Amino acid sequence: MLEAKQIRTVTAKEFRDRIRNRWVIAVAIIFTLFALAIVYFGAAQQGEVGFRNIELTIASLVSLVIYLIPLIALILGYDAIVGERERGSLDLLLSMPITRLELLLGKFLGLSLALTCSTLLGFGLVGLLLAGQTDAEALYHYAGFMFSAILLGLVFLSLAVMVSVLARDRARASGAAIGVWFLFVLVYDLILLGVLVLSGGEFGEDLFPLLLLFNPADIFRLLNIFSLEDLKTFYGLATVFPASLSNPWLLGSMMVAWIIAPLAVAQWRFK
Amino acid sequence: MASNAIEIREVSRRFGPVCAVDGVSLDIFEGETLGLIGHNGAGKSTLFKMMLGLIPPSSGQILIQGTQVHGAAFRALRRAIGYLPENLAFYENLTGLETLRFFARLKGCGQEQCMALLKKLGLEHAANRRVDGYSKGMRQRLGFAQALLGSPRILFLDEPTNGLDPEGIREFYDILGELKQTGVTVIITSHILFEIQERVQRLAVMKSGKLHALGTVQQLREEVNLPLTVHLRLSGSPQRVRDALAGIPLESLEAQDGHVMIRCMHQHRMELLRRLYALEGLDDITVREPSLEDIFLGYAA
Repeated sequence: MLEAKQIRTVTAKEFRDRIRNRWVIAVAIIFTLFALAIVYFGAAQQGEVGFRNIELTIASLVSLVIYLIPLIALILGYDAIVGERERGSLDLLLSMPITRLELLLGKFLGLSLALTCSTLLGFGLVGLLLAGQTDAEALYHYAGFMFSAILLGLVFLSLAVMVSVLARDRARASGAAIGVWFLFVLVYDLILLGVLVLSGGEFGEDLFPLLLLFNPADIFRLLNIFSLEDLKTFYGLATVFPASLSNPWLLGSMMVAWIIAPLAVAQWRFK
Repeated sequence: MASNAIEIREVSRRFGPVCAVDGVSLDIFEGETLGLIGHNGAGKSTLFKMMLGLIPPSSGQILIQGTQVHGAAFRALRRAIGYLPENLAFYENLTGLETLRFFARLKGCGQEQCMALLKKLGLEHAANRRVDGYSKGMRQRLGFAQALLGSPRILFLDEPTNGLDPEGIREFYDILGELKQTGVTVIITSHILFEIQERVQRLAVMKSGKLHALGTVQQLREEVNLPLTVHLRLSGSPQRVRDALAGIPLESLEAQDGHVMIRCMHQHRMELLRRLYALEGLDDITVREPSLEDIFLGYAA
């Protein structure tokens, strides 16, 4: 039996903490600066400076966000529980009339709120600047990009909270958080690609697209590619990836599953 | 016969091969103040945490006001429990008042209590300062204020006077005295034993995870039967003292510069004092009962 008031109390405290130590505004500024740099200088290598088209801009932003947001979410959440345990404040908290699940959800929601605010502020500001230069459909895509970026952040925040429950101390938690980042952002795709090449492409056919769904970073990439008609061919993924799996609702549901699963593990192991 | 606030039945807790608490049974009466003492690693903290429902026992059970210390029924009971942990840690970003308000919200008690409690603990001037600027003593006061939120019926105080100056310690026990008047049950641990010996009804001594002894300070004194110390100041040779006490078994007798220190067991004390009072040239005599420290060390030895 969950008491919403207890969750809300913890959520409000966590969120206020991040506002007060200027975390929200600092991360929003980082997002804004990176996004502006990509929007206006992204084509500098080709000898151009200035805004090109929305498809290329989003593609560039995606490859930035796929590294940056998981990292920031993991840094934000890795000590949520283990930090309290190490400082000694966890016992006092748990002696209150609050269950472990309420505490976990309260922490997760508070940090989620902080990260979501930063993402909306940072990329929203750039979206407003773009609004004058593009049409409604492009803005719709940009909004989709922002929404999927928020989902990506929540997935890695959920993973961070799980790490925070499983780790014995903060040092181990930070190590594990970096490991999670490496695994999903760098190593996973490399291994898939390696297997695909080694097996001469035979192994891939049916399994490869499914395996992509087991990496939230890949789902995020797919969500933003398949919503842009021009880039399907640009990436050459349309041939590998069956249309049945490219449904944004399916991909969105997978992201939500990726948010729930680590939290469920965290709750299960939280003693 | 007072009813039981807390019943501990054959409770054990193992951490891997280590048995931190080993078959402890203990009834804590409604409205009593119980001191829990023992060396570091004796199992006090583990027992504390089990009573608070923070860790489950490996075997046995704990009832607080007849309710098992876990599950939905215990959640309601937590509102009536105050806890001051030994290693206090607060959120450095929050002010003292915000800290109390946060815990008050979790406990479901009125926000108006917060400022009143800060006043009571002498922290009203620091109410709107962030906790990271608080001294150790101020943090301890804030911790005590937090434990008093919602007028608890049972108070768990782990080393409550840690970091307090003498004035703070006196104020703390004054407040504790007021609470006892209202029938609050208090379980208190302390390393400073002389401090609690006047203030607890009973003492529970833990050693190697077991409940080693339980009783009033007087009962424990008699049980351990440690020698008491008699100190004399007299003119003339100390040999007169030796002669006067012939036949009484003494633990020790030391003399130096007109001062004599005698240690003897409790059962011989009246006979000893009678003979000493009859001595001529006796200027002063003091009798010191074994202190709680002595008792404690007697048990722990």
